[in-house]
Amino acid sequence: MSSSTNTTTHHTSTIGSIGTPSRRNTELALLVFAVVIPVFAYANVGLAIDSKVPPGLLSYGLGLGLLAGVGHLAVRKFAPYADPLLLPLATLLNGLGLVVIWRLDQSKLLQSIKQAGDKAPNQLMYTAMGVALFVAVLVFLKDHRVLQRYTYISMVGALVLLLLPLVPGLGLNVYGAKIWIHVGSFSIQPGEFAKIVLAVFFAGYLMVKRDALALASRRFMGLYLPRGRDLGPILVVWAMSILILVFETDLGTSLLFFGMFVVMLYVATERTSWIVFGLLMSAVGAVGVASFEPHVQQRVQAWLDPMKEYTLSRQGVAGHSEQAMQALWAFGSGGTLGTGLGQGHSELIRFAANSDFILATFGEELGLAGIMAILLIYGLMVERGVRTALAARDPFGKLLAVGLSGAFALQVFVVAGGVMGLIPLTGMTMPFLAYGGSSVIANWALVGILLRISDTARRPAPSPAPNPDAEMTQVVRP
Amino acid sequence: MNKPLRRIAIFCGLLVLALLVRDNWLQYVQADSLRTDPKNRRVLIARYSTPRGDIIVDGNPITGSQKTSTDSLNDFAYKRTYKDGAMWAPVTGYASQAFGASQLESIEDGILTGTDDRLFFRNTLNMLTGKQQQGGNVVTTLNAGAQKAAYDGLQKVGGKGAAVALNPQTGAILALASYPSYDPSTFAGNSTSTDSKAWTKLQKSSDPDDPMLNRALRDTYPPGSTFKVVTAAAALENGLYNGADQPTNSPLPYILPDSRTELKNEGDIPCKNAPMRVALQYSCNTVFGKIGADLGKDKMLEEAKKFGFDSEQFTPVRSVTSNFPETMNRPSTALSSIGQFETAATPLQMAMVASAVANDGKLMKPYMVDKLQAPSLDVITQTQPQQLSQPLSSKNAQVLQSMMETVVTDGTGKNAQIPGVTVGGKTGTAQHGLNNSGKPYAWFISYAKLKDGSSPVAVAVVVEDSEANRGDISGGGLAAPIAKNVMEAVINSKK
Repeated sequence: MSSSTNTTTHHTSTIGSIGTPSRRNTELALLVFAVVIPVFAYANVGLAIDSKVPPGLLSYGLGLGLLAGVGHLAVRKFAPYADPLLLPLATLLNGLGLVVIWRLDQSKLLQSIKQAGDKAPNQLMYTAMGVALFVAVLVFLKDHRVLQRYTYISMVGALVLLLLPLVPGLGLNVYGAKIWIHVGSFSIQPGEFAKIVLAVFFAGYLMVKRDALALASRRFMGLYLPRGRDLGPILVVWAMSILILVFETDLGTSLLFFGMFVVMLYVATERTSWIVFGLLMSAVGAVGVASFEPHVQQRVQAWLDPMKEYTLSRQGVAGHSEQAMQALWAFGSGGTLGTGLGQGHSELIRFAANSDFILATFGEELGLAGIMAILLIYGLMVERGVRTALAARDPFGKLLAVGLSGAFALQVFVVAGGVMGLIPLTGMTMPFLAYGGSSVIANWALVGILLRISDTARRPAPSPAPNPDAEMTQVVRP
Repeated sequence: MNKPLRRIAIFCGLLVLALLVRDNWLQYVQADSLRTDPKNRRVLIARYSTPRGDIIVDGNPITGSQKTSTDSLNDFAYKRTYKDGAMWAPVTGYASQAFGASQLESIEDGILTGTDDRLFFRNTLNMLTGKQQQGGNVVTTLNAGAQKAAYDGLQKVGGKGAAVALNPQTGAILALASYPSYDPSTFAGNSTSTDSKAWTKLQKSSDPDDPMLNRALRDTYPPGSTFKVVTAAAALENGLYNGADQPTNSPLPYILPDSRTELKNEGDIPCKNAPMRVALQYSCNTVFGKIGADLGKDKMLEEAKKFGFDSEQFTPVRSVTSNFPETMNRPSTALSSIGQFETAATPLQMAMVASAVANDGKLMKPYMVDKLQAPSLDVITQTQPQQLSQPLSSKNAQVLQSMMETVVTDGTGKNAQIPGVTVGGKTGTAQHGLNNSGKPYAWFISYAKLKDGSSPVAVAVVVEDSEANRGDISGGGLAAPIAKNVMEAVINSKK
């Protein structure tokens, strides 16, 4: 008897979206933790290095708290039904990243090679800019479907962004990878922004073309083979990825964009064959380019035998770097529980210790436990993004959300996998953790868009307008 | 579209899972091998992060630790310092941030840095209470006075040389000096401007005198006439003659067996048919050459081995093997028995010969580490004296003692006399090099005996004779005064 009542109750609650709780107070409570944890970590670093609470603790705590508060108020006002986890998780990662960047600022070795010293204030400024962009997205992007209008402009924009580093006088060659541009005293990684713009383009394009891509196909050996002319878009994106790999010698960006496209194509068409094609093409592309591109070859060599790479670098052979081995040592020296913040020696990684390799510092100082926690935070963010895609009611929103989440997941995998020696190293940074303005700003925008889609998805459906015909309708009984 | 979305969710989960598995592999399974990888600089950083324990002589540390300047690139917190580094270098070896450690500093590194397994319990306790890991101390058997006498004496003569003093009753090393020497504190750090330059300057390639060679343990010299003590012991042990004063029936001139070469004495000395006491007093080559030839290679080799020839010693710092040839013909046996041909000995070896005679025939194992202390000064291990062999019987040892004492009272070793103390000794001069072209080495081995019959010290000194003065006079003239000062220093420190 009682069970049947329960079933009924349960049944009704899944039907009606009316009365969905906004979860804003949950978000606020989580945000308190997301601010307090980095503040404690900050104090911990100061105590470990100078045996005193760092003087900047108050301003740091207030700064982070203020940014989180502004973010929260913007969500409360402009996206009240948005996912409650994404903002706190991003804040926590960003805050911990700031702490570790500040911790590396204290390293005299890194200061002496200009890799640290004043990076934390810069990063705090970038974070402020990132949160500002996040708020701007929520304020000005009332409905994500507006972006659909800019499908082809996005395509052009993405291409321009991707090609910028190749423009003479603008592009920067940083240790072999040409993914930076120089504007005034700033260097910008346009790829981080291209990630979002491309997702918009792919989502708009695939929404229109998905039926053609999905249905017009022949069945062959259990796979639906697309028509030759439908192969066009994937070939274009593939070629673009190869070009990035060849001309910007950046394996990570190339893999990221192609992977994002394959994921979105698969979701749009529901055809497994696209995955097979995607994997085949990326394998062919990667192996093909690696056969003649020395920079890529060297990255693969360093991955297969980091110790040899270390030895060559120590012998002063040009073009080799000891970073990969140094990162592995940092992880190993951290062990299960880590040395404690401020007590490791990850400065030995030297170049890019606070950006591409920042995860190694986390590994050494917070140990296996800390890295697992951080990976799970990333995992949670990605899954909340995919959950948003599931909840979204419109195909464009679904595709955009899964594209952004997928790109985020791939980026985390490519960077963390590279630093931990699971896959060859690439020149990308851990979202939110790593030092770098482009990355922080772009990823805050990404979270903003996801929150917008999620707000639209979770917003209670407007109550149906009273139907003037309702009373006129007559029920004719036989 | 929801079905592929769910699959993408699973795919993203798998990506994170792959990272988690990899991280467990890296930070759990491989963590220890990565952490202790000798190329991982953290191993060195940890090693120099705390003051190193000290090496102690007579209750005073002869080493120290200094906080290095914390400039931008130096991540090693402490470096080694030495007091009278050049004098003590043969004992301590060196411990350098840039060039590693050697000898005692290297052998007892675990205790000095505090990583030794025997300190494990204390370290664990320290870790729990948050205290820094500390190094323990190495307490040596050395005698500061004797070491200073030895080093100052060698320095005064100025040629290459070494001196070793032992306590015959225990084998404890009292002095271990080598000249020219080096100050290990000059390259204890890791600065390329100062430490590396100092290191390069000390290498044999840039300094032909090879100051970093520990001549007391790691170099061999032809022992010359000092080896006659071993030959005399072999004669007594094998009953060749009945006591020290029986005529030896040896001719003059003496032609080496199976040859037409005459073995000559230095100068016109009464060697014809001389008893062993007289032969040792005047250092007769003819008499001891004949004894060696008469005993034969096997008996000589057996006796030499009992004294420690043909094997390394671990004090615990390794000494190289002193050589008594294992295969040779009769004339070579005769030459080897007077310390020529291929016979070569470390100064430690010749000190062991003197100490065995002084200790009534018992050869004690030489050692320089008395005990190892934990940082709390608790004793971890204490070295117990150990007998290595008995090269000669107590009775024969006393006969040989009286012969060696005659050398000092009436013979070539008068320079080693100490008022009120019985001293026994033997001089030696050894030519070396092609056609004896090298500068000869002056040797002196001796022991002192107090009125109560106990023997607190045995010494061996070897110096390169820059005067190229042949004959036993140089051994008595250059080396004996150093030996005398060392013995006096030991005796005075006992009072």
